[in-house]
Amino acid sequence: MKKSPVVTIVAIGIGAALFFVLGRFVAIPSPVPNTNISTQYGLLAFMAALFGPLAGLLIGLIGHALIDFSYGWGIWWSWVIASAVFGGLVGLVARKIRLSDGEFGKKDLLAFVLAVVLGHAVAWFAIAPVLDIVIYAEPANKVFIQGLFAGAANIVTTLIIGLLLCYAYAAAKPKKGSLKEEK
Amino acid sequence: MNEEIIRFEHFGFQYRAQAEPTLYDIDLSVRKGEKLLICGPSGCGKSTLAHCINGLIPFSYPGESTGRLLVGGRETKEQGIFQIARTVGTVLQDPDGQFIGLTVAEDIAFALENDCVEEPALHERVAKAAGLVGVDRFLAHAPEDLSGGQKQRVSLAGILVDDVDVLLFDEPLANLDPATGKQAIELIDELQRETGAAVIIIEHRLEDVLHRHVDRVVLMGGGRILCDCPPDELLSGRLLSENGIREPLYLTALKYAGVEIRADKHPAMLTELCLTEEDKALVRAWFHSVPAAEVPPERPVQLEAESLRFAYANGHEALRELSLTVREGELTAIVGTNGAGKSTFSKLICGFETQQEGTLRFAGQDLKELSIKERADRIGYVMQNPNQMISQVMIYDEVALGLRTRGVSEEEIRPRVEETLKICGLWPFRSWPVSALSFGQKKRVTIASILVLRPQLIILDEPTAGQDYRHYTEIMEFLLELNRRGITVLMITHDMHLMLEYARRAAVFSDGRLIADADCAAVLTDAETVRRASLKETSLYLLAQRCGIDDGRAFVRRFIDYEREARGI
Amino acid sequence: MRNIFNYIDRPSPVHRLTGATKLVCLLLWSFASMLTYDTRLLALLMLLSIPLFALSKIRVRDVSFMLGFTAVFMVLNNVLVFAFSPQHGVSLYGTKHVLLSLGGSYEVTAEQLFYHLNLVLKYASSIPIVLLFVCTTNPSEFAASLNRVGVKYSVAYSVSLALRYIPDIQREYHEISQAQQARGVEMSKKQSLFKRLKSASAILIPLILSSMDRIEVISNAMELRGFGKNKKRSWYMARPFTGLDYAAMALCLALLLAALWLNHLNGGRFYNPFI
Ligand SMILES: Nc1ncnc2c1ncn2[C@@H]1O[C@H](COP(=O)(O)OP(=O)(O)OP(=O)(O)O)[C@@H](O)[C@H]1O
Ligand SMILES: Nc1ncnc2c1ncn2[C@@H]1O[C@H](COP(=O)(O)OP(=O)(O)OP(=O)(O)O)[C@@H](O)[C@H]1O
Ligand SMILES: [Mg+2]
Ligand SMILES: [Mg+2]
Repeated sequence: MKKSPVVTIVAIGIGAALFFVLGRFVAIPSPVPNTNISTQYGLLAFMAALFGPLAGLLIGLIGHALIDFSYGWGIWWSWVIASAVFGGLVGLVARKIRLSDGEFGKKDLLAFVLAVVLGHAVAWFAIAPVLDIVIYAEPANKVFIQGLFAGAANIVTTLIIGLLLCYAYAAAKPKKGSLKEEK
Repeated sequence: MNEEIIRFEHFGFQYRAQAEPTLYDIDLSVRKGEKLLICGPSGCGKSTLAHCINGLIPFSYPGESTGRLLVGGRETKEQGIFQIARTVGTVLQDPDGQFIGLTVAEDIAFALENDCVEEPALHERVAKAAGLVGVDRFLAHAPEDLSGGQKQRVSLAGILVDDVDVLLFDEPLANLDPATGKQAIELIDELQRETGAAVIIIEHRLEDVLHRHVDRVVLMGGGRILCDCPPDELLSGRLLSENGIREPLYLTALKYAGVEIRADKHPAMLTELCLTEEDKALVRAWFHSVPAAEVPPERPVQLEAESLRFAYANGHEALRELSLTVREGELTAIVGTNGAGKSTFSKLICGFETQQEGTLRFAGQDLKELSIKERADRIGYVMQNPNQMISQVMIYDEVALGLRTRGVSEEEIRPRVEETLKICGLWPFRSWPVSALSFGQKKRVTIASILVLRPQLIILDEPTAGQDYRHYTEIMEFLLELNRRGITVLMITHDMHLMLEYARRAAVFSDGRLIADADCAAVLTDAETVRRASLKETSLYLLAQRCGIDDGRAFVRRFIDYEREARGI
Repeated sequence: MRNIFNYIDRPSPVHRLTGATKLVCLLLWSFASMLTYDTRLLALLMLLSIPLFALSKIRVRDVSFMLGFTAVFMVLNNVLVFAFSPQHGVSLYGTKHVLLSLGGSYEVTAEQLFYHLNLVLKYASSIPIVLLFVCTTNPSEFAASLNRVGVKYSVAYSVSLALRYIPDIQREYHEISQAQQARGVEMSKKQSLFKRLKSASAILIPLILSSMDRIEVISNAMELRGFGKNKKRSWYMARPFTGLDYAAMALCLALLLAALWLNHLNGGRFYNPFI
């Protein structure tokens, strides 16, 4: 895929729209009653790996802010920023993955897993709770436990959905000079 | 003579992912004020050629090119995509993809905004362009509030705000109803006369484009230019049929009647066609010689819709009081205006949406009792947009999916899938990922994925959109074969040829109602129905009038019967 | 579907403000309510939004759906805070007035209740203004406004693209899901997690992969029409500032300054009535 800046801009726009739709309307019911597997972080990780850290950061920021806007509870900045940081970090760590050429091998798998775990850890174990305390003066034990749960659940779901997308995308991308009509 | 604006010299191109070049040795020149039609089978490289002209190749699609291509006197390679865009304005194949603005006005303004045009010029120029294409009443509308034809007009206005020398259209008529398509061609023609720009149209629907004058037709095949000549010459030769492109219907009729078609008779436009008295006599004689076909016996009712009423969540009433009966083993066409509710009707049948009032019965059973999946065991629906149906990465898996979810064993699946792939002309691509296919090819994949399930009733939404005549014929022949074995076929289409050729009956929708339900010849020769449903009178009817045959409807019927006889339907 | 953001077009002075003004006001106001825990200012902010709603002709009925969401969220958060940290108020305000003992460390203290009041006020002071912004700002003007307040135009345009394609993607999601059900993919909830994941991916993968193709088409269309050609761009929906705009921004700036000044007076973010 070409990497003209316009592609990144469009990827941010479409990515944010997808993040919004998945986050707002799509959730897979999980075995634990009344909890859902949220799908949007898997998408975010995939797009960050494909389009880089800037795209990841802004998709998280815009997508999450739009979700908050649509519910009308104001922008819960601490979590919005955490989503953005997650997207940015995955994009940064997964930079070496050459998904756009249709390659996704063992090494890439490892890099992707590392990026997701690291991204979520920083976002939910550190950024979100600290911001909750700083901005909203919420009690520390509440926000850290909340972050721990959110982060752990997010790591699992992101890996499932994100890897699925990476493999599907890589398989769908024709390799250089590979398309030949068979008789 | 006008100045030359585009020039290909021994030009060739190979996509990075392809093992072979897509374009070979192209030599072509276009002058200002000329109007060109490019046609050729699906996948022959027409869109690729267009991408070369507007600079998407090489700036957006990687690959290797050979030879030279000059636009506005300079090599495209040496210009940027923005510089080329000053010369060439492009309307892409996909109207939704290029509607970028949140509203009509913003979308038209897009190019001006990028040029930093300030008020009040910005609003003035947008208003002017919108007026030119007749969308000035919709300036504040969002894209989902527009019909397909209106979206097409907006795309056109979007490139007209700039003064370009070349207007490039990639399949402007796909998905437009016949009357809107005709208006689009007239609009393009008027705009060309007003702006003096060169116009290049890529289109499968030859007869529809030839509704207005065209200077040259370029016929492509296998990545090469096979012929570049005035339409009269091309139509009097045999190249078209040899390359699987359909000629206008009136010419087919004339050939059946034994009239010789020569370039000096101006066959490109029916209104300018020179017919001698002898020719007319030949046509009349042929008309009288064809026996009227027998009317087939009535079959039991299969699908019955009674006073359906349906409104979408946003309050839009898509169907009002719609009733329709389909008999077993019929092949019926559903036609009508963009937005008339044709796709909505199919969604109700399949259970994707539920009617607010009215009943639907299939083989005597109320469909309300059946789930989507249960209905799908008997009714197959090929949706309008192939991208919404395709969920697998590889073509083979996509076609096999429905069988697998139904628990069919792999040994049984393989021969069935392979047979279907062959029928749908997808055999050479069986190990490709779906994403590498062109739009027309993807459409065939979705048809294959439904055909393989052998349902009792098949609904095809625009089966031939983006298909060339050869593949379209293959698919339709296969459907006919199924139909002969008793499978009912409903096809939604804007293609009047398709309807005339294959359907016995046409159900005409307009504004959520059924306004006519009769045999195709009757529908297409009834001026009132044609007008209300945005159809197009068939050129056969006009030909009959020109030859002094009073009963135009009978002439159309004879033509259909003769064709069916010839093809053994 | 566009109305997921609930823009309500009515002639009012608030609607007449440019989008950029409303965005600046929203930011200043949010910062004011975010920075301070001074009960008096938070209450003032909350009360101020009532005349603003009246002025903008937005009725409670118009936003009741969004208010419902917010109320649930607010209650939930308060319960969580109390459950995890019943003594949070005590540690914040430094005194302890027990009103009721529930056993263990679970006591209801005046400080804790006052903290909860502040927490509620914090929402009540910032949420109405967000609702007001959402209801009175034309989504079309949003991107132009972002650009006006200093966001790069390319990023601002991403936001516009997101707004443009949300309805399309939503519709497509719906249609893909139906198509897959017709092919026999089960979507019911009565299945094992593995099966549910499988059926969810049967929708997500086509949705997302076709969106990747769409990115290509859209960026081609945008480049062909000159996007990214210049360092700047103009906006069809941009409007010039009027006196009203400056007045509104000045008012909101004053509120922010008041918040800072109160923080200074209180010697911290909290207004403490207990000492
Ligand atoms: N981006 C691409 N990468 C690799 N191959 C491509 C690409 N785009 C098109 N092709 C291939 O080039 C060939 C010509 O495609 P093109 O889209 O030009 O056909 P077309 O004549 O416009 O067909 P249609 O009538 O179906 O639109 C096809 O075989 C297609 O698979
Ligand atoms: N999901 C939807 N939500 C709201 N309105 C819709 C939806 N789908 C279609 N419509 C509207 O319902 C009307 C009927 O649409 P439908 O798709 O059935 O038309 P159609 O006859 O298939 O047209 P075309 O020939 O252009 O495909 C249109 O005005 C359309 O805008
Ligand atoms: Mg094409
Ligand atoms: Mg339709």
